[in-house]
Amino acid sequence: MSLLRHRTLWIVAVVAALAIAPALAGNFTVSLLNDIGIGALVALGLVMLTGIGGATSFGQAAFVGIAAYATAWLTTAQGLSPWLGLLFALLLTGLSALAIGMLTLRLGGHFLPLSTIAWGLSIAMLFGNVDALGRHTGLSNIPALQVGGWSLADPRSIYYLIWGLVGLGFLFSYNLLRSRPGRAIRSLRGGAILLASVGADAYRVRLTLFVTAALYAGLAGWLYAHMNRFVSPSPFDVRASIEYLLMAVAGGLGHLAGALVGSALVLILKNGLQDVLPMLTQRAGQLEAVAFATLFILLLHFARGGLMGFVRRWTNAHARAQAPREAMAPVEPLPHRTLPDRGSPVLSVTGAVKRFGGLVAVNDVSFDVKAGEIIGLIGPNGAGKSTMFNLLTCTMPMTAGQVRFLGQDIAGLPQRQVARLGLARTFQHVKLRPHMSLIDNVALGAHSRTSSGVLKAGLRLDRSEERQILQEAQRQLDRIGLGDRAHELAGSLPLGTQRILEIARALAADPVLLVLDEPAAGLRRKEKMALGDLLRKLREEGVTILIVEHDMDFVMKLVDRLVVMNFGSKLVEGVPSAVRADERVQAAYLGSVV
Amino acid sequence: MTWDVALILGIDGLANGAVYLLAGLGLVLIFSVTRVVFVPFGDIAAFAALTLAAFETGRLPATIGMVVVLTVLAVLTEVGSLVRRGETARIPKAVLGWGLLPLVPCVLAWLASRPGVPAPVHVAVAVLLVVPIAPLLSRVVFQPIADASVLVLLIVSLALHFLLSGLGLLFFGPEGSRTQPLASGSITLGDGFAVSGQVILMVSAAIVLSGLFFLVFERTVTGKALRATAVNRVGARLVGIRPARTALFAYGCASLLAGLIGVLIAPVTTMYYDSGFIIGLKAFVAAIIGGLVSYPMTAIGALAVGVVESFASFWSGALKDVIVFSLLIPVLMLRSFLMTHVDEEEEEVDQ
Repeated sequence: MSLLRHRTLWIVAVVAALAIAPALAGNFTVSLLNDIGIGALVALGLVMLTGIGGATSFGQAAFVGIAAYATAWLTTAQGLSPWLGLLFALLLTGLSALAIGMLTLRLGGHFLPLSTIAWGLSIAMLFGNVDALGRHTGLSNIPALQVGGWSLADPRSIYYLIWGLVGLGFLFSYNLLRSRPGRAIRSLRGGAILLASVGADAYRVRLTLFVTAALYAGLAGWLYAHMNRFVSPSPFDVRASIEYLLMAVAGGLGHLAGALVGSALVLILKNGLQDVLPMLTQRAGQLEAVAFATLFILLLHFARGGLMGFVRRWTNAHARAQAPREAMAPVEPLPHRTLPDRGSPVLSVTGAVKRFGGLVAVNDVSFDVKAGEIIGLIGPNGAGKSTMFNLLTCTMPMTAGQVRFLGQDIAGLPQRQVARLGLARTFQHVKLRPHMSLIDNVALGAHSRTSSGVLKAGLRLDRSEERQILQEAQRQLDRIGLGDRAHELAGSLPLGTQRILEIARALAADPVLLVLDEPAAGLRRKEKMALGDLLRKLREEGVTILIVEHDMDFVMKLVDRLVVMNFGSKLVEGVPSAVRADERVQAAYLGSVV
Repeated sequence: MTWDVALILGIDGLANGAVYLLAGLGLVLIFSVTRVVFVPFGDIAAFAALTLAAFETGRLPATIGMVVVLTVLAVLTEVGSLVRRGETARIPKAVLGWGLLPLVPCVLAWLASRPGVPAPVHVAVAVLLVVPIAPLLSRVVFQPIADASVLVLLIVSLALHFLLSGLGLLFFGPEGSRTQPLASGSITLGDGFAVSGQVILMVSAAIVLSGLFFLVFERTVTGKALRATAVNRVGARLVGIRPARTALFAYGCASLLAGLIGVLIAPVTTMYYDSGFIIGLKAFVAAIIGGLVSYPMTAIGALAVGVVESFASFWSGALKDVIVFSLLIPVLMLRSFLMTHVDEEEEEVDQ
């Protein structure tokens, strides 16, 4: 019984149940199901934003409100068609999300959520104070939707539209997450530097995600307005936003299905409480808020994975084995860069200086790297190797000096642009996404070679490119000898192997220059030999490699030339045998004899 | 608008700003020490105001019940965690510390609610009574998840606000109250222009308290421990500072500040069970101006927020809050623009 079959069965069962529900259920249940569908759309956006992207919004209800009011105003005051209202609603929510995102997403973690609280409050207050929007009484007599000549005024008829859109929304998210932009979204929590190293801009990715989540809320708002045919400010305040967030957390932030489960859970519970509490007390409304807040806090204390987290644990216990994937038919490979001629200059560092306040970490270092060679950067601890590494990958700005890569001055360029020029790197502290499969981690490396965006990915128009990416990723995995473990999770690999996996990710970018930060650390002897063979093979293919390494034995056997650093300055440069014999190097490593 | 009006609005704004300044200090204090954006701060201020109102009308304040409930929860949490760690020997001391200490102000409050108690005692007891609230909340809600991400802590904090405001409604009811002015009389500046004693009291309280705050931070060992914890929790632990204890102290200070805000603001604004949220949120605007870390910038931000609010209420009473929040836009733009490099550890919510 494969996990995949299991899941398909579940989906078929849920869809079938939803399809026949209106025929069996009473009016009340159908209305509840409609509310659940609308809640699920909003929660779906939040699952993607918070659970997968690691940012959050306390203003999601405000987006629902903007869309609802937009379509309400357009269809009542202007008398236009609700379908134009849909466009208008999505446009307004998208633009407002774009504006807020641009203001806050460059800043650290808590600025976005705090601003969205203020935003959520402001929007609800605006709704209540603008004459054209009916102030606190709201707008009524919103027309029902019409499809052809068919009116969707009845809850049972709009039911199919709502759930059809919920289905499409889920499909869109599902496709999106398994695509080029989706891999970038799933890597957001790995940090901006990881994304920049594959040529992606974390800010742009986060902004796109935020707008996408807002558009889900916008769609829900449009449905809400034409289902209830009445809008007023109160369902769009911060309290409602918290309720949407509660849905996402209760269902399970890590899973798309969590949105649906959570929406159902919260709304059914709410209905239950509304039935039960009045029997116990006269202050039912207040107790309901208290109960929900308590539930929310308890969830975050004891079950942060939500209901789907439990389900996942259970299914994992039962179906651990991954389904073997069928071999893909070969497709045309991704286009390759033409590598520079052997011996031509690839990277030249001239007079690099980096100061941290009074400390000079790198002092006037110059060296050249030529195409097709392996060059080693070594030195005792604290010699400034890592800082040098950060300078030439443009992870860190230089105080003075010049770095030329393929004839272009790259000092001061953002890291992602340097990555796009063909400089790929690995990290000393491994930056992999532990919850993504090996092949997805490697495929992320090909980000800068491909172009599909969110819309294309969500609508599955990116499939031919996606096949090319996966084929390339598989090729690189085969190359490092992990081809048959492509669908395991990266977090399950031992640390040494994770370093090798980072090399595969770097190779997927089709680099001119590969910059490796201590790739042999944590490897066993045999693995080191395999790594050495791989690097030599790459050199034969014309890839240039710069390697920072502590393992002398490994480096000496591998490199063409060595640059030795000590106390921030370049000590010696030369072939391994000369460096080994150099007295200054011996003194730096072992202490002076004198 | 004439100069007279502008002057009146400006002075009003200063008084508002004084309140936001105190609230902002409390918020930045808690955030820097514990990484918790403490949204329920304003609720505590509102509870202090409603407590004072209850005293003045001769009722027993409902806050006592709230503190007792929280105390019971805190004792249960503490005992539970001690039992789990197998340190049962420490239970009596924990019960004493967590169970009895917070009940002292409750007893005082019960005594103060009897007839014939002078007004200043009411004020002092109202402040004292809310002091245990934030530390108790932190023990029950935040300490068990102290290592969670900022995001999770923030969500919990916001949920906690809704919990508290729900409880506030249950305990205090929906009616608003306004208390007697703490300072009567007024000072007449030239030209027949008068500043009320209450405003002077608010502004001078803010000045004195922020001065004290500065002294504690700069000059005392406890203040240095707080700063050390704010800079690096692990490092602070290594030199023998207990983060849980510094956090408790920070919450205590913040609670005290909230209580003072409550009694200062109650005579000038009608306070409801949920009035605190907006006050807290405006203090956040001030704190964000200070980047949630800088005290001096927070102070400047607080004054700006206060003045903008007072002028905004002149133009549009209904939209004044929206106008204050829109102050965030230029601030965030400037911060975005000036920001050079951020590589914060990213957040994992569901693990």
